[in-house]
Amino acid sequence: MRTRGKSLTMHLAATAMLATLLTVQAWAVDTTELPDPRLQARYLALTHELRCMQCQNETLADSPVDLAADLRREVRDLLLQGKSDDEVRAWMVSRYGDFILFRPRFSARTAWLWLAPGVALLIGLGVCWRIVRARGALVDADTDPVGEDAQPQAKDAHG
Amino acid sequence: MLPELGQFALILALLLAGVQAFFGIAGPMLGRDRWIAVVSPAVAGQAVMVATAVGCLIASFVGNDFSVSYVAGNSNSALPLFYRVTALWGAHEGSLLLWILLLAGWTVAVAVGSARLPPRFAARVLGVLGVVSFGFLLFTLATSNPFLRLDPAMPDGRDLNPILQDPALAIHPPILYTGYVGFAVAFAFACAAMLEGRLDQTWARWTRPWTTAAWSFLTCGIALGSFWAYYELGWGGFWFWDPVENASFMPWLVGTALVHSLAVTEKRGLFKSWTLLLAILAFSLSMLGTFLVRSGVLVSVHSFAADPARGIFILAFLVIMIGGALTLYAWRAPLLKSSAGFDLGARESFLLFNNVLLITAATTVFAGTMAPLISDALGLGTVSVGPPYFNPTFLLSMLPLTALLSVGIHANWKRGRLKDSQRLLLITLVAAALIACGLVFGIYEHGHVLTPVGALLGVWILLSSFVEPIQRWLQGVRVPRGMLGMTIAHSGLGILVIALTTVQSFTREHDVALAPGGSTTLGSYQFRFDGVAPIEGPNYDGVGANVTVTRAGAPVAVLTPQKRQYWVQHQLTTETSIRMNHGNNILVALGEDLGAGRWSVRIQIRPLVSFIWLAALIMAIGGAVAASDRRYRTSRVTEAAVPGVTVGNSA
Repeated sequence: MRTRGKSLTMHLAATAMLATLLTVQAWAVDTTELPDPRLQARYLALTHELRCMQCQNETLADSPVDLAADLRREVRDLLLQGKSDDEVRAWMVSRYGDFILFRPRFSARTAWLWLAPGVALLIGLGVCWRIVRARGALVDADTDPVGEDAQPQAKDAHG
Repeated sequence: MLPELGQFALILALLLAGVQAFFGIAGPMLGRDRWIAVVSPAVAGQAVMVATAVGCLIASFVGNDFSVSYVAGNSNSALPLFYRVTALWGAHEGSLLLWILLLAGWTVAVAVGSARLPPRFAARVLGVLGVVSFGFLLFTLATSNPFLRLDPAMPDGRDLNPILQDPALAIHPPILYTGYVGFAVAFAFACAAMLEGRLDQTWARWTRPWTTAAWSFLTCGIALGSFWAYYELGWGGFWFWDPVENASFMPWLVGTALVHSLAVTEKRGLFKSWTLLLAILAFSLSMLGTFLVRSGVLVSVHSFAADPARGIFILAFLVIMIGGALTLYAWRAPLLKSSAGFDLGARESFLLFNNVLLITAATTVFAGTMAPLISDALGLGTVSVGPPYFNPTFLLSMLPLTALLSVGIHANWKRGRLKDSQRLLLITLVAAALIACGLVFGIYEHGHVLTPVGALLGVWILLSSFVEPIQRWLQGVRVPRGMLGMTIAHSGLGILVIALTTVQSFTREHDVALAPGGSTTLGSYQFRFDGVAPIEGPNYDGVGANVTVTRAGAPVAVLTPQKRQYWVQHQLTTETSIRMNHGNNILVALGEDLGAGRWSVRIQIRPLVSFIWLAALIMAIGGAVAASDRRYRTSRVTEAAVPGVTVGNSA
């Protein structure tokens, strides 16, 4: 078993790396106050839908790392300059790519993702419609008793 | 010595799992009863061996044996005894061992509980469980052995990940895994039915309690994880649509569909092949969840490549298990025909809608969770998927699901017309609307469009779920446990919908910088920051703050949030302080030291948030009550004696 020491060390290192990725613990408490409550609301909304580039699955608003703090300041400055939400997003994407958006933009590359729920639902409803129609035609021919009261073992159920 | 003994026990367990799998499947196929007789002892032996292995690893943890690399990596001599035991499932290798232990436990339960089943069918179920166990044991021994030694031994361990040093998270994995592994039983029943080529209403009655029990555990496990994330991790959020959470939510959604589909299969002998498919899917997603989370693939594709042996084994195992089951399905499913019919307004239809909507929801979660991986693999660029994607797309299926539940719950089997339950529907709907309006506009003043909708749907479910039991009670008809469980679980869902609505609509949150003596107001509460003081625990130190909460001058609570620095891993953790008051959860968390005694502080008021976890618990209790229905335990020997005939032509 000891011959496996080397791969084990590698493995421990990988696990340790993974652990640090998974457990960025000290979350940011962002006390930024913008002068206008509406601006403040937009600031909070934006920092909650942009991601921290260095963390696993954390928003800018929550991330404690320095880069996130810088980007939050950037969001604040852009809003104070009178930029719209879309302009702020575009600014972020131009520097960091689509990866920074927690709400993927609808494009040829992400169309499948946005359409998947609707398509799944439509297919499901189509199947439902076919099944219900087919089964509806069988009702009159179906003479089987229904429900626990009609089953011979009803006595078990009601004891 | 103990680790070697543990490893030896695991190897013996692997051999016994092989015996169990071979004789369990080959015995009934060749009609050899003496082979079948081997299966139960193999199950018992395997359970003993697995328990021995787990005992050895726990002993190594408790005895601080840092020559065992897994112990050295996940424990420390300063770690409290309780966490030294729970550190067993603190990382990949031990989690797998826990999985195997729970599978052995379920298998023993099935072996004991299947005394009433036809012996050949029971042998097949146990045989399939043996295959699953064999795969996991082989995976553990070949790629993830927790008993490997370090030479030289480490003087002290690297400690358990500090965020896992928490009571809720200590018990979260075993309960979640009990749910995951429970779906292995449903999977095994499905495979056994396909091997036998016979699936009838009796089969559904055998399978239902196991599936419902597994579903209950999974519900509890997910709720515990969410609760933990709320107070330990997420600074007050309860669900993050994190890949790790989604990995457990997908089997839950499919499992919920399975529970409902099984009801139709039992009552009407319908949806048989669909039920089989769901059983296969639920377990596949459970396995995927286990592997994905613990192997780190979800964090990054690259961690998969860091250990190719594991990755390839996982892929091969999943392909064999899922592919094998689906092949069996393709072969057998066409035989499963039913001539039963039902109307559009019958309960069958509504359960069909339920299944379609739940599977749509599962597809949505799957697409969102896998999108970063898929997009990267297909060269479509990197993409992040977060709550802004999941929240609206998930509602697409959840809104109709919750609305149709209240309608479908009153529908009759087979011949159902909406007209039959028109009066009931109207009464419950109007009552729900009144209560929801009172809740939304009376108690809380603002909200968005979905607020009244969510409140209405939640209250409607709550009211509707009690109609049938109350009617029966008034008529003096006994309410069977199955129906009682259903009522409890559905009322839990109603409460969940209401709580989610109020939390999403009426949460107030404020991040503020406070100097000692400084105060701030949020909602109807005042918060005074009394400064910080140093604290020290068994394996950490840090600072703790006092925050005095008052309401209209009257004291409510003194909250004591902490920031801890764990010594071994040098990791900072945040301990939030929470108090419930008038249904509101008041949460205070410490941010950063801003100098001169000033600290940034997060203050949050979430109305009814505790009801989210309470609702999940109610749902789980409902499942437990339903699973304990006597009709599942009554002997079916009369029907069970017959299947020898069908066994013959399936072999």
